[in-house]
Amino acid sequence: MSTPAHPKISTAADLFAAAYQIEADAVARYNMLADQMETHNNPELVHFFRDLARAEGIHAEEIRRLAGDIDVVAHAARLGGWKKGESPEEVDLGAAHYLMTPWHALQMALEGEKRALAFFAGIVETTKDPKIKQAAAEFVEEEAEHVNLVHRLLRKYPEPPGNWAEDSDPPIAQE
Amino acid sequence: MSTVESRGAFKQADYKSDVKPIWCPGCGDYHVLMSFTRAFAELGLPPEEVVVVSGIGCSSRIPAYTNCYGFHGVHGRSLALASGLKVARPDLTVVVASGDGDGYSIGGNHFLHASRRNLDMTYVVMDNHIYGMTKGQPSPTTEPEFDTALSPGGTGLRPFHPLVIALASGANFIARCFSGALNETAAILVEAIRHPGFSFVEILSPCVTFRPDEKEWKNLVHPAPVAATSDPAKAARRIMTDDGFNIGILYRGDRKPYQPAVGTPSVELAELEKDFEL
Repeated sequence: MSTPAHPKISTAADLFAAAYQIEADAVARYNMLADQMETHNNPELVHFFRDLARAEGIHAEEIRRLAGDIDVVAHAARLGGWKKGESPEEVDLGAAHYLMTPWHALQMALEGEKRALAFFAGIVETTKDPKIKQAAAEFVEEEAEHVNLVHRLLRKYPEPPGNWAEDSDPPIAQE
Repeated sequence: MSTVESRGAFKQADYKSDVKPIWCPGCGDYHVLMSFTRAFAELGLPPEEVVVVSGIGCSSRIPAYTNCYGFHGVHGRSLALASGLKVARPDLTVVVASGDGDGYSIGGNHFLHASRRNLDMTYVVMDNHIYGMTKGQPSPTTEPEFDTALSPGGTGLRPFHPLVIALASGANFIARCFSGALNETAAILVEAIRHPGFSFVEILSPCVTFRPDEKEWKNLVHPAPVAATSDPAKAARRIMTDDGFNIGILYRGDRKPYQPAVGTPSVELAELEKDFEL
């Protein structure tokens, strides 16, 4: 039952496919969260998660373009799995809440971007292939930029007051 | 021994329906759904050869969210429905989804006899120690001191111990999972489906709305320190003395599954009718 920490990256094609998969998984995860927020009537977060999904989709397409002749979709399907069962930018579903705010969504996104950054940085550190090292270093730059972007967005969406999860019409009084 | 071989021809998405789940954001059942589809893909089961049967409750919504055959049955009766189905159609892979309220309370008696009967199917109970859908009543696995408006001062009742009960009743495979451990849960479901006979998988699946304290479960779960045993006495001792957060396959039995012959009645109906003639 032991799974390696991440798919084995032996070629540049593996790296591009993994990078593509990370972004594609993030799109699916953010859309899933947007659907949840739609069901639970949190329109602000619906738009927020859809925007995050769109942004990740743009990254995915950019990677597909950079990969040139490599069919990243088909190649990604042949890659091994991730130790935690989810790729780095699949944000934690367990951290969602029906009254969550953009700040919470950004915290989730920040963790995801940091995990992706750590993944590529790990490749840079361990690979002996100069092509993979160079491409991974570019992905590190890209992910670092995303981390910075989330930090900038967090200035726009500060942490909500401590009572953010208080519901004036709760599912049922539990006290 | 394996009754279901991996064929690898399907993707996880092939088992997902277009119906959007309405579980609360943060609910562990989202991960359970992903574990189901991942396990089915790993096994390469054609969707039309899989049936997901359920009762009533949050967890029991799973048939709607999977793209296999499904039966959203009545409260507590999922195992009865699934047993009839498996007897009539032994060629299908039958997976039953339930919760601690549906499965251990109103469905408790079916649980005993399905374990005893040992038909070749998999019973998955998403245990969150509360009735979530009906808004927070204590379930058979709720801690005695859990104090709410619906159970002032706590129930004071000893919780049901599903794994030991499954073992004592004759289940042939027993495992405990945590919903957040996606890979491990999917891998255990694969093993459970492959194992002949009645496989019981309890998945600790937090209810973030009525049991926000269960968010802590992710820090409490840990892998079972020893490999599964086929000795029921040893398994009972281990399960009775663990802390409830031991994750992994805990028992693999070798009882022969029950599967009566179908399609060829041993006595013709006309002959039977003769016996009842007045």
